[in-house]
Amino acid sequence: MRFSTLLKNPAEWMRADGPHNDIVVSSRVRLARNLSGHSFPGWAKAEERSDLLAIVRPAVEDLPEMQNAFSQEMTKLSAIEKQVLVERHLVSREHAAKSVGCATVMNRNQSISIMINEEDHLRIQALRPGLQLLKAYQVLDKIDDQLEATLPYAFDPKYGYLTACPTNLGTGLRASAMLHLPALVLSDQINQTIQAANKIGLAVRGLYGEGTEALANLFQISNQTTLGQDEKSIIQHLDKVIVRIIENEENARRKLLEDQPTMLQDQIGRAYAILRYAYIIPSKEAMNFLSMIRLGIDLGAFSADERDVINVLLTEIQPAHLQIEAKRKLNAAQRDVLRAEIVRRHLKNLTEPRFDDILTQEPDDE
Amino acid sequence: MTCDSCQKKNASIYLTQLVDGKMQKVNLCEQCAEEKGVTDPTGFALADLLKGTGTESDAPSAVMSDDGDQCSQCGFTQSDFKKTGRFGCSHCYEVFHAGLDHLLEAMHRHSEHRGKKPLHFIDTRSAKRKTEAVLADITELKELLNEAITVEDYEEAARLRDSISQLKKAAAKGHANEGADSHTETEAPAS
Repeated sequence: MRFSTLLKNPAEWMRADGPHNDIVVSSRVRLARNLSGHSFPGWAKAEERSDLLAIVRPAVEDLPEMQNAFSQEMTKLSAIEKQVLVERHLVSREHAAKSVGCATVMNRNQSISIMINEEDHLRIQALRPGLQLLKAYQVLDKIDDQLEATLPYAFDPKYGYLTACPTNLGTGLRASAMLHLPALVLSDQINQTIQAANKIGLAVRGLYGEGTEALANLFQISNQTTLGQDEKSIIQHLDKVIVRIIENEENARRKLLEDQPTMLQDQIGRAYAILRYAYIIPSKEAMNFLSMIRLGIDLGAFSADERDVINVLLTEIQPAHLQIEAKRKLNAAQRDVLRAEIVRRHLKNLTEPRFDDILTQEPDDE
Repeated sequence: MTCDSCQKKNASIYLTQLVDGKMQKVNLCEQCAEEKGVTDPTGFALADLLKGTGTESDAPSAVMSDDGDQCSQCGFTQSDFKKTGRFGCSHCYEVFHAGLDHLLEAMHRHSEHRGKKPLHFIDTRSAKRKTEAVLADITELKELLNEAITVEDYEEAARLRDSISQLKKAAAKGHANEGADSHTETEAPAS
């Protein structure tokens, strides 16, 4: 499959329905695996990485899940193409910076992506819409079984799957869900939520992982520890905490509707007005307003059919996606113009927000 | 006190965080604190930091006790580990195993894998180790119980409490009768 074909297909998780997909945008699970007798990618010389790639890549491409896959060495992709894959959460930022001997294989609907020679020899990832961590893991488990049959995995009875970094040791499993939590942010409860999650050993990060800002009120929550618990327990534990956060967000939304309905109407109304009529819009502004439209959809102010449009837009307005669309390099000012144009085009049919059904009582903060 | 990260400058920021009821401390100089994003205390998990640096008692540097060891397969040394926080190849886990459990306890609060195994890997746990596994389950359930209380999930807490007492009974029986395996049937409520 060619890169352009990959691009034309929006990822399945953006379009498809999943459980709790009003608040949980997507679920992602990845497994780290290595081969015995080969240096880990960070320590291996370019030549050793190429040798490993020659062993691993055919095994990956032979997977039934990877028929008609997009498979490419990182050196053969342009900087913008690599960035597009990062913006779609198909490769990590670290992997995008890699060169010789590193490759990525992903299926057509972008639900499975396998990075070769990232920090570990193999990073196998599955993405699903909504809250479906266990389903995502089951997909990986099957792929893992097949790869294990042909590749000599590095495994130790005591330490489990051996990984380059001891923080991934054992299961090599990292499960994370992308949560949209605008009401917890608006009601200043988000820090409390993050602290509570940290206290029980979970990590909360921004949209693009470690060290990134929480744009569009999107937060990634994931397990920190990988050793000492089996895969199912790790996922069920995370699931339970996520369900609790969903309840908190729902309560916060209810409370905002009761206590500050006018503020909520204003936020959603402004987002609608600006996104529909702006001609210049910076990324941060666009993303935060799209978050408000998404909240409006959840509350019933807009049609629920618009949810996937918002999912697609959140990705399409990222810098590399804009430059692919424009087919040339764009500076920040040019990107802001094109971004506004794309947003207007996608939201052309979005009707005005309707609040009569959701606001049952008189606003009391006027 | 010197900075735990660069080990050069004087530490001026002292962080303490509770992870699963265990206190972890890190001392940093201003520059390292800024680099690691510590300035925003809410968006920052100490556990992340521990990956690379560690506290005075759980420092990864303590892993490598006898300097001079080198991996026979990939040539990796302990100073390389100190620098990168990563190993050179899977064989390194054997070469540098001294002190590794200590580091893993600090990182994962466990030092033994309990999950998927490759199909060709045959488990040869003795009856004694089964009892040990039950005891490990109890410890884990207690941790989950604390978590449940932290998030005020009292229903779950009650269920966990019952599972623990059930397991304790089973463990006592296991001592009396080595053959009994109560592990599998009591594990379900835990998960």
